[in-house]
Order: sequence, then structure tokens, then C-alpha cells
Amino acid sequence: MKSELSGAFKRRESALLITIVVLLAAIIIRAPEYLGEQNLDNLLTNWGFLAILAVGQLAVLLTGGIDLSQASIMAFTGMFLAILSQYMPELPGIAFVVLSLAMGMALGLINGVAVAWIGIPPIIATLGTMTIIRGLVYVLSGGKWISSHEMSEHFKTIAATETLALPNVFLTALLCCVVVWLWLRFTRSGRNAYALGSNSNAARYAGISSVRVLMTVFMVSGAVAGLCGYLWAARFAIAYTQAAEGREFAIIAACVIGGISIAGGRGTVLGAALGALFIAVLETSLPFLRINAFAQLAVVGAVILIAVAANARAERKPGRQILVRNDHPSDSASEA
Amino acid sequence: MPEPALRVVAASKWFGGVQALNSVDLEIHAGEIHGLIGENGAGKSTLVKILTGIHSADSGSVRLGEREVVLERPQDAAAAGISAIQQEPSMFDDLSVAENIFVGTQPLKSRVGTIDWRRMRYEATRLLHELGSEIDVRRELGLLSVAERHIVSLARALSTDARIIIFDEPTAALSHSEIGRLFETIAGLRRKGKAIVFISHKLDEVFRICDRFTVLRDGQLVSTGMTSEASESDLIRAMVGRTLDDVYPKADATLGNTVLEVESLCHPTEFDDISFSLRRGEILGFYGLVGSGRSEVMEALFGLKPASSGTVRLKGQTMALDSPGQAVKFGLSYVPEDRQQHGAILPMSITQNISLPQIDAVSGRIFLSRQREEALVSEFCENVAVKASSWSQLVEELSGGNQQKVVIGKWLATRPEVIILDEPTKGIDVGSKAAVHRTIGRLVQSGLAVILVSSELEEAIGISDRLMVMAQGRIVAEIDRRDFDREKVAALATQQSVGIC
Repeated sequence: MKSELSGAFKRRESALLITIVVLLAAIIIRAPEYLGEQNLDNLLTNWGFLAILAVGQLAVLLTGGIDLSQASIMAFTGMFLAILSQYMPELPGIAFVVLSLAMGMALGLINGVAVAWIGIPPIIATLGTMTIIRGLVYVLSGGKWISSHEMSEHFKTIAATETLALPNVFLTALLCCVVVWLWLRFTRSGRNAYALGSNSNAARYAGISSVRVLMTVFMVSGAVAGLCGYLWAARFAIAYTQAAEGREFAIIAACVIGGISIAGGRGTVLGAALGALFIAVLETSLPFLRINAFAQLAVVGAVILIAVAANARAERKPGRQILVRNDHPSDSASEA
Repeated sequence: MPEPALRVVAASKWFGGVQALNSVDLEIHAGEIHGLIGENGAGKSTLVKILTGIHSADSGSVRLGEREVVLERPQDAAAAGISAIQQEPSMFDDLSVAENIFVGTQPLKSRVGTIDWRRMRYEATRLLHELGSEIDVRRELGLLSVAERHIVSLARALSTDARIIIFDEPTAALSHSEIGRLFETIAGLRRKGKAIVFISHKLDEVFRICDRFTVLRDGQLVSTGMTSEASESDLIRAMVGRTLDDVYPKADATLGNTVLEVESLCHPTEFDDISFSLRRGEILGFYGLVGSGRSEVMEALFGLKPASSGTVRLKGQTMALDSPGQAVKFGLSYVPEDRQQHGAILPMSITQNISLPQIDAVSGRIFLSRQREEALVSEFCENVAVKASSWSQLVEELSGGNQQKVVIGKWLATRPEVIILDEPTKGIDVGSKAAVHRTIGRLVQSGLAVILVSSELEEAIGISDRLMVMAQGRIVAEIDRRDFDREKVAALATQQSVGIC
């Protein structure tokens, strides 16, 4: 279906897609083994985790906010459910999915209350909950790891298996993208998120409740983070206190590279998904390019920063068009 | 007379210790255009905000026909059929035209409750057609002109089937022909039996389209009646409470040598071939519609916006055009239009604001020198006649006119040769305007050269010695004071180049 405001957004997303294709081509020429089945699997999974988080982050960014607590919510949910699986080994896999969404949503609700009701700026509020929730992971686990043999089989199955030869994590991420896209595009609640971020004052005049919108987006962001936390712990069969620490940068960078405005009001699910793909390709390629394992984190960070900067330059607005151009004044005259 | 469509009874509203509205009554009938006039701060906006559910009144009531309504939230006003079109419509630049019209009330598919984009675009197009507009409803709102935004805003009001429509100074940024079209649209709404409130401080507009008027002053209703039975001077007297003899005093100043010469200043998209010169003691007016490129030229002169070519000489020396710091050293000062955004730092004191661009001059070896700072401030604040309880008062506590004087004083403290005043009296009331104009008069008498950017014709004509008229990024005319002619200047500023509408 042809979307509203297509022009500028489409251009931007296709530019990003071309960049990714070029990047992929360069990697494959240099290291054809990148296309190995094992690694493709790895790429899809890596993208899946990042995309799930990025579409949640997108919802918050659209309103002009930011959610720095996603990685902590992941670690907490993963740890909590891993411990739960020790005590209740009979709990089916689907129960973990539902519980992870619910737990994440509840933790997101705390962010929503802090931002929407108490009025703490999102960056401070979620920086606070990021620290608190990470601290609670230590409290919960006593600092210990939960490793593969301690988890129930049901806990690990969903994330570790494939459907139609595609990793379940990847399919889950696709599903998340579709659901968030439908929500943002076809419900008033989703459009209100755009409206609030575009002009909060006008939103108030239009009778949009900022409290409700902010609560919703933080709950969505928390819910997907919770889901992601469970899938992460299950896929890697480990839950530990520092899980996903520092992933906030990659998540937000994925959104920014995908053309989502930090100031709110602009951004698409497709953009977030492509931004996540760019970062996933980058991260999975480094071992193949024989970059020193210890330098990889720094390289990823630097490349992301360059991509964001290039993006910011492209965004910079040219001057307003005030002058009226009469480029071909003679044309009409000669025809007459 | 039939029951009025809208009746406000004894509405009062306090903000802290200030009474913004004092027991105001208002009656609007279906099928009439009612002019609501008054100076800034007279209570017009407060009344509109009460009617649109942004503020609630402390006492008094609003009745629609027989029924009393409670307007606590914007939704209540929308439900009651009251809709307002703001001066600079507050809308969503990032969203499409169709969405702007239907935000919060998007048509839904009845079965699943999802947004019906096709119907939304269809309805939006239909509403715009009714208003005689062909705007593509898929376009991003941020790309539209101010006039088009007004139309979209109006379409939004009609989409909610509003019966009472409030226009809050809708003509401020429109050209003559756009104003004409807007008035036709408003007259069309009157024929459909809408009750219309038209807020303006341009009395000629009030006489042109309003059936009745109500004048507010200091939060009170001072006069109401039929426009056909009132004269312009009656309304002015009612608005200001005194006869308004001298809002635009022209100070006598002797013109000296040329201080500033600008030659063929160009910018790729914003202005082209700007040339002019300026003498000591002269007020050079730059008149044009909002968006004609005046402020952009000034920003280029001051080094805020890179010009692509052209030269600027101040006292014969060629200026580099890439650094505001250099411009200040050369003796050029720029008082920007939006004093809240660019001019004054509101939560700081008058003293701190004035000394800011002069921080070197008031610094001792390590710390600021209080003494030098205070000397500087008292010299320049007295110069521009700032009214404040003390120089340590915070700027945000001052009135608009006094804030503006602080900003002017701040730049005078840099001892400029040339000062650019961009819309110096925008948004301040008539009394303060006169004071700012007298201040400008004193400046030129002391030998300063002033560039005055204004979109208010009376102001530009009232106090300038010479006028440069700008339209669409070019200077279209240079007029000497003795040849000033309101109609001619207005026509020049609103002319459009061939083939563009």
C-alpha cells in the first residue's frame, strides 16, 4: 500500500538499503565464508534481537522520549525466568513468552509513571530505572550465573530451534515488526505517538492525552525488551548479571541510522529494522575480516558513530526556498 | 433577537496575582461575524483559551443556546462544537495534511476499529474542496505556506462540524490576495449559519468583515456594538483608553556619513542581489511579508548565515561574513526577532543579560568585576529606559516591552555603529511600542545607524527615513520618506512574480 509522506522517507530507506548491500558485497568479496550457513543463522538471530528492541525504542523516540532501560529489563527478565524454570521445570515455553512480555510491560510501566505522571525527563528517568533494574538483577541472582544445565528444557527450546529453516528469534522479530507497524499505522493510539512527538502543544489542543501516550510507548518498549531478555537467555542458554550491558548504544544507533528523529515525530518501523540490519551485518562481519577480537567493540562503536554523523549531515536542512526561480524565462516566449 | 449561539456570562480568570479577565460577558449569534478586539494583554487570548478548554474560568459560565456547558478539556470544546484557528496554527509539521485535519478523530473501519486511510484522505480532500483549496492531502504539512496551513486548520474545524469558529489574528502572515480569499471563506461560513469570532488588532479588517464588535481592555469589557454604528477612532479610544496620538514618533536626527555599504549580497535559495547603504543617524526600514527574506539578509550581514557572494563594508572596511563575533567587533549588532529564543536569557538577571556580550570588558583578572558590571548596566538600561524594580530583577519577570528594551540595551553595551532591530515591537502592546520607538529615536539622535526590520506597515512607514521593500528574497523597491505611500508599499510587498501563485 502506498504510504503517506512516502517521498522523503522512501528515499532515505532505500539509501540505507543500498549502503547495506554495498557493505555486504564488500564483506563477501573479502571473506566469502561469511555466507556460511552457521553465520547466516547468526546474522538473522543477531538482527532479530536488535530489531525487537529497536521497534520498541522507535515507539518511545517517536514521542520525543528515549528509553535507556531496555538492556536492564532484558537482563532482569532473562534472569528471573531462568530461575523460575529451575523451580518449575514443567512450565511450557509459551508461558515464558507471555510472562516475559508481561514482566517487561510492568517494568516499562514504571518508566511511564516516572515520565508521564511525575514528569521526570525520559533520559533521567530511564537512566535511573536502568541502574535500579540492573541492581535488582544482582539482588535476584546473588551475582551468580544460571547456565545451560540449570535451565529447564522447555525454557531453552523456543529460542534455540528453527521453523522452516529460519531461527525462531528472527521470526519473532519479524512478527514484532509487523505488530508494531500495524499499531503505529492503523490505530489512533499509534498516530497519537507521532502527533505528540511532532508537536506536544498542538497535541494537547487536539485533545490527545500525553499521559496515556507516554504510558503506552514505555510499556511497549518494556514489553519487547522483556521478550528479548527471555529469548536471549534461552538462545545463549545463560543468564548473567551483565547480560546485554551497553547495548543501549547499538539500539538507539540502529534507530538513528534508520532515520528516526531523536526529536520525535518522525520514523518508521522499516527504518528501525534496516538500521538494526546495518549494525547486525557490521557486528557479525568483524571476526571474518580478522579484526582483533579485543578491538571489535571499539571498531563497531566507531563505525556506528560515523554512520550516525553521515546521517546527521544528510538530515541538515538546506535554507528555505524564498527566491522564486525563473530558470527558463525564454522558453515560453519562444514557443509563443 | 433569537437566543445567541454562544453566551459567556461573567467570566473571570486569575493567573497568580494578575486578573486576566474580569467578569466578561460575550454573546455570539449564529450567522454573524463578531470582532473581538483589544491590545495585547487585554484578555482576548485568555477568553479564547477558556472557550477552547485550554484554561478553565475561575468563575462565570458558558452557555450554548439554552444549555450550560463545562469546558474543562479541549475535547469538551470540540464536543460542544467550538473550534479555534490559531494565529500561527499549531499543528503537526511531520504529519500529512490529511492526518492534521483528522488527528484524534481519524475515521475508523467499523468492523475492526483500525484507521481507514482511504476514507480519511477522501474526506480531507472533500473538506479542502469545500474551502476552495486543491492542496494534496498526502503532503507533509511542514512544507505548506502559512496561508495553506490556515486552510488546513480551518478544514480541521469544519471536520468536527464546529458551529462556533474562532479566528485568532488569522491575517498576520498573509498577503493581500490571501487575506481576500480568507475573508471570502469566512463570509461563506457565515452564510452557512456558523457563529464566528474574529480576533484582530487591525481595525480596517474588523470594519471590513465584522457585523458586531466587542472591545476588551485590561481584562474587562469596555465596549460592544454594531460595527456599522462605530468609527475607527471610537474603537481605538476604547482599546487604549486614551487617544493614540503618538505611537510612531519620528525623531529628528541629522544624517551623517555613510557607515554601512552592502553590495550584491547573494544566497543560493534565500535572497539575491541585495545592495543598500546606510548613514549615521538614519533609520532604514526593511519592510516585507513574513518569509520575504528580510531576517535572512540580516542574519547574513551578522555572519550567522553564509552568503554565497557579495561584500559588506563597515566604515570602509570589508567585513568577513562568517563570524558574529567579528561583526560585533566591527561595530554591528543584531537584535533578533524572537527575543525569547535568541535575544534574552529569561531566567537571568537584567545585569547578567546586559553584560553577557561584554564579558571581557567587565572581567577583572580572574573574576567578574561587580563594579564594572553595574556601571555598564546602569548606563545602558537608563539609556533605553527599562522599567524594573532593580537591575538584579530576572528578565522573565519583566513585561514584553521591557524585555525588548533589555535586549536592545544589551547590544548597545557593545557600543555598535550599526544596530539591526528585527521586529522590535512584535507581540508587545501599543503603549510599550511607543516607548520602544522613542528609544530608537534617541539612538539615532546619538549618531547610531539603525536597520529596522518590520512586517508592520505603520511602524515601517512611521519611523523609517528610507524604506527597502522586499518580496520573495529580492529588494523590489527603495523609497524615500517623502514618497512613502501605504498602498504603494503594501502592493509592492505583496506582488508575486509572474507564473507563481
